[in-house]
Amino acid sequence: MREIAIEFREVVKSFAKINGGKQVILDHVNFTIPVGKTTVIAGGSGQGKSVLLKLILGLMPLDSGRILVSGEDVTGVRGRQLERLRTRFGVLFQGAALFDSLTVYENVALPLRERSTKSEQDIREQVMAILTQLELTGHEEKFPAQLSGGMRKRVGLARALQLKPEIMLFDEPTTGLDPVMTQDIYNLFARTQEQVGYTAVIVSHDIPKVFNLADQVIVLNNGEVDVFDSPEAMQWSREPHIVEFVESTMGKIYQSHLVEQ
Amino acid sequence: MITEVSSIVFELGEGSMQRNPVEKLGETGLYMLQDLGRMGLYLWLALKGVFRRPFRFAEFMRQLHFIGSGSVVVIFFTAASTGMVLGLQGYYSLNKFGAEGMLGSAVALTLIMELGPVLTAIMVAGRAGSAMCAELGIMRISEQIDALDCMAVDPFRYLITPKFVAALVSIPLLTVLFDVVGIAGGYVAGVHLMGVNPGSYIEGMRSSVTNHDIWLGMVKSFVFALLVVWISTGRGYLVYQIRGAGFGAQSVSRVTTQAVVFSSISVLVFDYLLTAVLL
Repeated sequence: MREIAIEFREVVKSFAKINGGKQVILDHVNFTIPVGKTTVIAGGSGQGKSVLLKLILGLMPLDSGRILVSGEDVTGVRGRQLERLRTRFGVLFQGAALFDSLTVYENVALPLRERSTKSEQDIREQVMAILTQLELTGHEEKFPAQLSGGMRKRVGLARALQLKPEIMLFDEPTTGLDPVMTQDIYNLFARTQEQVGYTAVIVSHDIPKVFNLADQVIVLNNGEVDVFDSPEAMQWSREPHIVEFVESTMGKIYQSHLVEQ
Repeated sequence: MITEVSSIVFELGEGSMQRNPVEKLGETGLYMLQDLGRMGLYLWLALKGVFRRPFRFAEFMRQLHFIGSGSVVVIFFTAASTGMVLGLQGYYSLNKFGAEGMLGSAVALTLIMELGPVLTAIMVAGRAGSAMCAELGIMRISEQIDALDCMAVDPFRYLITPKFVAALVSIPLLTVLFDVVGIAGGYVAGVHLMGVNPGSYIEGMRSSVTNHDIWLGMVKSFVFALLVVWISTGRGYLVYQIRGAGFGAQSVSRVTTQAVVFSSISVLVFDYLLTAVLL
């Protein structure tokens, strides 16, 4: 039996509309994310992909249901317990979310300075090691505004990996990058995952490129989820909304090719 | 955290356009209550952050420099011109009753009890409050505050508390500077320009200003400092939850304007309330 990193049990999340009524984003959703594997969360705009990440991190409350991390119920945890939960995660945000007023070095050192008891010397060694690993040496003294989009993502990844997370969450990690840079970033994810051994959850529009990394695919559609054990299984699905999704993301020709096969 | 407080999708759909005035009034009232609740919770978390360790002393000093030292020139010129106007205007009024000798007393009491605390707070709200609001608003929309949360770093201890403590220290000190420069400005206008006796200006001031007056001015200044830093940082921090703010850069510009307007109005309202209670 595979080990489970994250489990959603009957999770419901909705947003109140100011003119009355509710917009249901997740409707009694159940799925699991396996340890050490890469799960891609796909779906159209406004389907709640980023909301799902925020629920995992406790940045938003659930309406009902439970979320378990490594078997531990983390639904509604607060205070120190929530802080402890968050130290198990690393997050790479869509825009990297680097602190504008801090240099690359200071950004990457921040989690260590705030969350560890290491000496400044040890912090320097660890920061320089990860900067070398991610090919960022020579950029330590630059500010985020002086970096390209791809480099910002690398710095964001370096920062997220500092506390050696068990689970990495990637929120649209390649938005705004050209195809070469996108591939470069995906290669970097694969490399760091191999080295660190984290469980990866990637929210992305970048279909089919991100499928090269995926072990499991979760598609969000009008509050419901479809879970596929592999990208291939998703592409072969005959569910109308999945067929439509494959068509819209991978093209009609590809879809008709699948149908012929 | 405060992000957990509310998850509301604001939609101006047909439903809201067709509401009758009573419904709209009720809706606005509910929103205002909710907003006040959020701001109250925000204040509680910010004050609680003061007691969380480690305190960011370097950041506190940076904020002290920004809010305090950075406002000295603005406060100096505002105080000098206010004091001189008070000197001229006071002389004009008192001269009608042959009471020019009371000029020092009138200038000093007006500045220490009213204009010093009020104008200092309003000037700091315009200069530093707007900057703090915009900084936090931008950090919120670019997910920098979410990033702190995700790194299990308390954003209140890390970002907000140093600003609160720096404002609570620097605004009362700036008020003292305002009072001193304003009284000197009144002296220049009254004594050097209008020919009031210097001895009567100083003596009038010494005999009429009591410790209670100075204490009242300082209490006001402390309360105004809290109002300015609370409203300015709170509007920026809660930018996503403010109705009508919109999204992106526009939302930051709107909440920044709102922060300065709300800070200034609340300073004036609390000035009346504190005067009525403490005088």
